[in-house]
Amino acid sequence: MSAAHGGYYLPDPTKWPTITSMGLFLLALGFILNLHYLAPGPWLMIAGAGVIVLMMFAWFGQVATESEAGKYDAQVDTSFRMGMGWFIFSEIMFFGAFFGALFYARVLSVPWIAGDEFLWPGFEATWPTAGPAGATYIGPDSHDVAAGTFSSIGAFGIPLINTLLLLASSVTVTIAHWALKKNQRGALCFWLFITVALGAAFMYFQVYEYIEAYSHLGLTLGSGVYGATFFMLTGFHGFHVTVGAIILAVILVRCLKGHFKPDEHFGFEGAAWYWHFVDTVWVGLFIFVYIL
Amino acid sequence: MTTAVADHHHDEVPKGITRWLFTTNHKDIGTLYLWFSFIMFLVGGAMALVIRAELFMPGLQVVNPHFYNQMVTVHALVMIFGAVMPGFVGFANWMLPMMVGAPDMALPRMNNWSFWLLPFATTLLIASLFVPGGGPAAGWTIYPPLSIQGGMGVDLTIFTIHILGMSSILGAINIIATILNMRAPGMTLMKMPLFVWTWVITAFLLIAAMPVLAGAVTMLLTDRHFGTAFFSAAGGGDPVMFQHIFWFFGHPEVYILILPAFGIISQVIPTFARKPLFGYSSMVFATAAIAFLSFIVWAHHMYTVGMPLSGELFFMYSTMLIAIPTGVKVFNWLATMWRGSMTFETPMLYAIATVALFTVGGLTGLMMAITPADFQYHDTYFIVAHFHYVIFCGSVLAMFSGVYYWLPKWTGHMYDETLGKVHFWLTVISFNITFFPQHFLGFAGMPRRIPDYSLQFAEFNMVSSIGGFILGFSQLILLWVVIKSIRGGKKATAEVWDNPEGLEWTVPSPAPYHTFATAPEVR
Repeated sequence: MSAAHGGYYLPDPTKWPTITSMGLFLLALGFILNLHYLAPGPWLMIAGAGVIVLMMFAWFGQVATESEAGKYDAQVDTSFRMGMGWFIFSEIMFFGAFFGALFYARVLSVPWIAGDEFLWPGFEATWPTAGPAGATYIGPDSHDVAAGTFSSIGAFGIPLINTLLLLASSVTVTIAHWALKKNQRGALCFWLFITVALGAAFMYFQVYEYIEAYSHLGLTLGSGVYGATFFMLTGFHGFHVTVGAIILAVILVRCLKGHFKPDEHFGFEGAAWYWHFVDTVWVGLFIFVYIL
Repeated sequence: MTTAVADHHHDEVPKGITRWLFTTNHKDIGTLYLWFSFIMFLVGGAMALVIRAELFMPGLQVVNPHFYNQMVTVHALVMIFGAVMPGFVGFANWMLPMMVGAPDMALPRMNNWSFWLLPFATTLLIASLFVPGGGPAAGWTIYPPLSIQGGMGVDLTIFTIHILGMSSILGAINIIATILNMRAPGMTLMKMPLFVWTWVITAFLLIAAMPVLAGAVTMLLTDRHFGTAFFSAAGGGDPVMFQHIFWFFGHPEVYILILPAFGIISQVIPTFARKPLFGYSSMVFATAAIAFLSFIVWAHHMYTVGMPLSGELFFMYSTMLIAIPTGVKVFNWLATMWRGSMTFETPMLYAIATVALFTVGGLTGLMMAITPADFQYHDTYFIVAHFHYVIFCGSVLAMFSGVYYWLPKWTGHMYDETLGKVHFWLTVISFNITFFPQHFLGFAGMPRRIPDYSLQFAEFNMVSSIGGFILGFSQLILLWVVIKSIRGGKKATAEVWDNPEGLEWTVPSPAPYHTFATAPEVR
């Protein structure tokens, strides 16, 4: 069993971190082998992903159990808060790299390439662009594009709907939080469920948009620097929405089981913080990727 | 709170291999980090010796050029990400909880994970040397388009960097949470030892910089395999964009490598000068200023790449500003020693050598900060000399200082002072034999990262290689000293040194498995 030292909870030795590292190793190695079409790649990836999913149930489950058993005091709670806060900061910096690439391409590199009349004669700086050797841009939302051209997704169709969905979900998760603080369990579960549903709706539209882009707009990962920044930014964001929605769904299950107390519920708050973070990133995307 | 029985149970030290695999104890994890770092130091050092063997004479004699390039690349990656960064995290794990009077790190399970990611990640990196096409050969900066053309080894390197980055971020989060949340009552921020201060700022740099590197190598991966055009001008991207993103990470990174070193020697010098650190608060503010400036100087690594003049000027002036807080630090160390009752045990020798030789590297850095002058130095051996003076003499010598300083606290035995001094003099003299001539080679125009060279560079290269081999093999003395101290020797007292400052000297030597179960009182 574990012991509290001076009130601080110190966990016993644990096997899960080492196992997780192994899972991650298998996942990475399998992915690399896949990239080079080598045989055991998919199997290693499945094994690695399986280990990681197993770890999540076991390790996170252990933390949830300990939390419900009241082993964590206020100081441990603060450690968790700091950990989550700084983790979200690291995520912001990760997105910052891709936003930086977007700004650099739009403001600097595309005009520079167009300015060099000898290297790429006839290339004019526009945005979106697939570059001097890429497909020609023919304006937003023109379906059934001809070969050698591509279109983009206009801001005020699906992206606007998605913006409203995510902004609404940020409100509903806050309402759920208020309900938790007032110990209104029914309202908590209801609004949390609505939040997860809004996240799922967002993902539905996002997948629909991707299919449109690939099948009708000629917009792919290979559509020059526009396609690259568009899909990497929205893709990583979509991945984070998926992760955030799964986290919220797990929190919902815990709420249904009666976890969390009105004054002690960092598990809930951490998930909500993460959700507000993906929301904020989306607002940045909506402005800089879709509108401008 | 649990009962005394439970406490007693917890104080038993686990046995066997699972003690190390599953540990949540900050001292065990610190030990793991330090040994891992030392092993990587020897692995990276062996690669350096391959390089120096090839450069012993003009012409190609030991390895082929492609393998030479792999050695240059992997030597740097192993030393930076495998030896220096984990080494300092090892010091942080061992010392921070004791220095702030905490029972352990704030997040012990995550602490275990941060360490155990490292061996798996470096396995991928070392494995890259054995796959078809070989390891990464584009230099540790993995600039495209060269890194886009590489084989499977580059993919292995990209994922190595991802996993090492995760480890660093998790470790840094843990360190910040420990320092901000676990301090004993009375340990206010401005009472913290300087090593703690430098680490909290370093941890911030890590969390801010490592994700940017992750983004950069992700773009590299998608450019390699998924048809994106981030770094291809034909698609509207720009290979230079990689350099900007990389160095936005890369410059904070070099301060990640040096700030904890500043922290260590700021602990060591006051002890052996028998005077409190001169200008404590100015040290704290100088560290913070260096950290801030590190984010606005990155393009000084790229003066010759073809930037607008306004960019060159901005980065020149911002870079030269760094000399001010760094100068404050050097001045404070000298002022701490001024009229102190100094003795010269091995830790102090290393600390003084750090101050002196790091300053040499700092001054060559100032020379390169001047844009027009840098056009001559860029990508020559002058750069190689410069960054070995700052990373080896700044970071590694400071780590040696820290090892000798705290080894009695870790093992409970004094180290062999004679062997320590032999290690010191051999290291410092052979380092200068190796790297001082490289300044001249660079001035004369010898380019870096090329396995062959023109005949007029032969003498200095031969001198440099001889120094390099002495430097490399001298490090085995350190291994011997550490093993000797673990196995026995004169018992160390709790204080070890003559009235040193800090909570770590109030606990017995060796430090018990758990310290400060009850928070100490700090006045």
